[in-house]
Amino acid sequence: MPETAAVDARQLGIDFAYLITGVCFIMGLRYMSTPKTARLGNSVSIAGMAIALAATGLQLDWQAAWWIALVGLGAGAGVGIYAARAVKMTAMPQMVAIFNGAGGGAAAMVATAEFLAHDPSTTAVPLDAGITSVLTAIIGAISFTGSIIAFLKLQEVMTGRPIVYAGQQLVNAALALAAIAGLVLVALNIATVPAYFGALAAAAVLGVLFVLPIGGADMPVIISLLNSFTGLAAALTGFALGNNVLIISGALVGASGTLLTLMMGKAMNRSVANVLFGAFGTVKTTAGAGPAAHAGGGTVRESSVDDVATMLAYARQVIVVPGYGMAVAQAQHSVRELADQLEKKGVEVKYAIHPVAGRMPGHMNVLLAEANVPYPALYDMEDINPEFPRTDVALVIGANDVTNPDARNSPSSPIYGMPILDVDKAHQVVVLKRSMKPGFAGIDNPLYELPNASMLFGDAKASIDKLVGAVKTL
Amino acid sequence: MNAHLLNELTVFVLAVFVGLEVISKVPATLHTPLMSATNAIHGIVLVGALLVAVVSEPKLGPALSVLVVFLASLNVFGGYVVTQRMLAMFKPRATAPAPASTNGAKR
Repeated sequence: MPETAAVDARQLGIDFAYLITGVCFIMGLRYMSTPKTARLGNSVSIAGMAIALAATGLQLDWQAAWWIALVGLGAGAGVGIYAARAVKMTAMPQMVAIFNGAGGGAAAMVATAEFLAHDPSTTAVPLDAGITSVLTAIIGAISFTGSIIAFLKLQEVMTGRPIVYAGQQLVNAALALAAIAGLVLVALNIATVPAYFGALAAAAVLGVLFVLPIGGADMPVIISLLNSFTGLAAALTGFALGNNVLIISGALVGASGTLLTLMMGKAMNRSVANVLFGAFGTVKTTAGAGPAAHAGGGTVRESSVDDVATMLAYARQVIVVPGYGMAVAQAQHSVRELADQLEKKGVEVKYAIHPVAGRMPGHMNVLLAEANVPYPALYDMEDINPEFPRTDVALVIGANDVTNPDARNSPSSPIYGMPILDVDKAHQVVVLKRSMKPGFAGIDNPLYELPNASMLFGDAKASIDKLVGAVKTL
Repeated sequence: MNAHLLNELTVFVLAVFVGLEVISKVPATLHTPLMSATNAIHGIVLVGALLVAVVSEPKLGPALSVLVVFLASLNVFGGYVVTQRMLAMFKPRATAPAPASTNGAKR
């Protein structure tokens, strides 16, 4: 008896440590409610993770397989830390995608190990163990392969445009049904092993196919959704292993991912289902290709560096509106330099951040923070929109659809109803753009034809660097 | 459904509500760090990975056992380091104009 008592005491200690981990994670996320305390939050979260790993270390069979832990942990930590340090801030969305996929893949594998531990080929698997394992495998696998495709798209290894083919929805529906059929068969203990791996395979293929038709500008929704999937998979792993810390942590992440997904959908005035199944930008493209087709509308006014520099330098307030184009051109440091020069001349510079600007939630904020722009100068859409009418110049850098006044004015526009930044209400609008090509949604932006708008064509970074030089000489 | 599963479900549902409550207070400025922080948190699956991999007869076999620990630790370490890096960049207005290298060393 004393021996079991000791074992029980140890198990209690381990479970208690897991509880502390859960509290650390919750507190860590709470501290993220302001930029001031966010770093502390991350440290608290790291401490929680360390406690959980130490507690886990107490229940492992080190003698048997210490090298597995050593090699796996060493390689994972080495690669992870190196990649996290080396990655450019502009490449953050794909970095998050790949780490997310790693977590999803791990969850699916843990569930599979747990499933095999029940000896499914010879004995009946208990109902709850079977269902939780196969569900984890399905969601983890979708998250794993989906994240890899998202990574490849964001890294531009493959095209960021939606990839669509006839019968796409049918194929996806068939795969989803196959995964569900596998789940049912496992639950009924019929052909359990093939059913399990059939469901796993169908889910893995589904993960690939459901991200393929997603275009670049919809990435904030997909990244958030995949994040919530991995969280859910981690929580389900907890059900399969009977481990509360996995359940709590996974639930927190699942909630976070879901909330962000809904926020992003709302910021585009589209349901998540529409993002997933709509293949925006391919079906709704009404505008012809290139500047020629565009000429049918009004005319755009092209401006020069000197004109824009003068306009900016003698403004009272300038609002910078960054979009994905700023990230592509790596222009955030130049933007900051321009703002410094303008502030020296007494111009007030603010930044207007649309929720879906960039490729993941908050993408622009991180880029500007990297360039040392203080966070109080970054404004959310609701806070900055009333400012535009009393703003002298709105400087739009690589943003397009989020500034399209058709979203407000033209019920026939495919993006009608999407909340936008009201840049057209500023006294002057200067748009930095590579060419007259329409944005991701493939729709013309009437903003460019407004009498108070002018265009500065060219690479965003090169243009801003020239502006910095021109403002200095004024 | 047995009592054990019901307990787990209770924990899960309550944690979801706590998650929604806490996350809804995170400002949009921090959404990218939030994503990568929650990303690191779901690296907790490393606990599960170790529990199934570091046993005398791992069900996945040695190679896949190493792989599952690798994937989960990639998630944990990469996620936390990248979050820390991002959060270090967020500065309030007061300290922004001073050069970070000279000012930061003193603190």
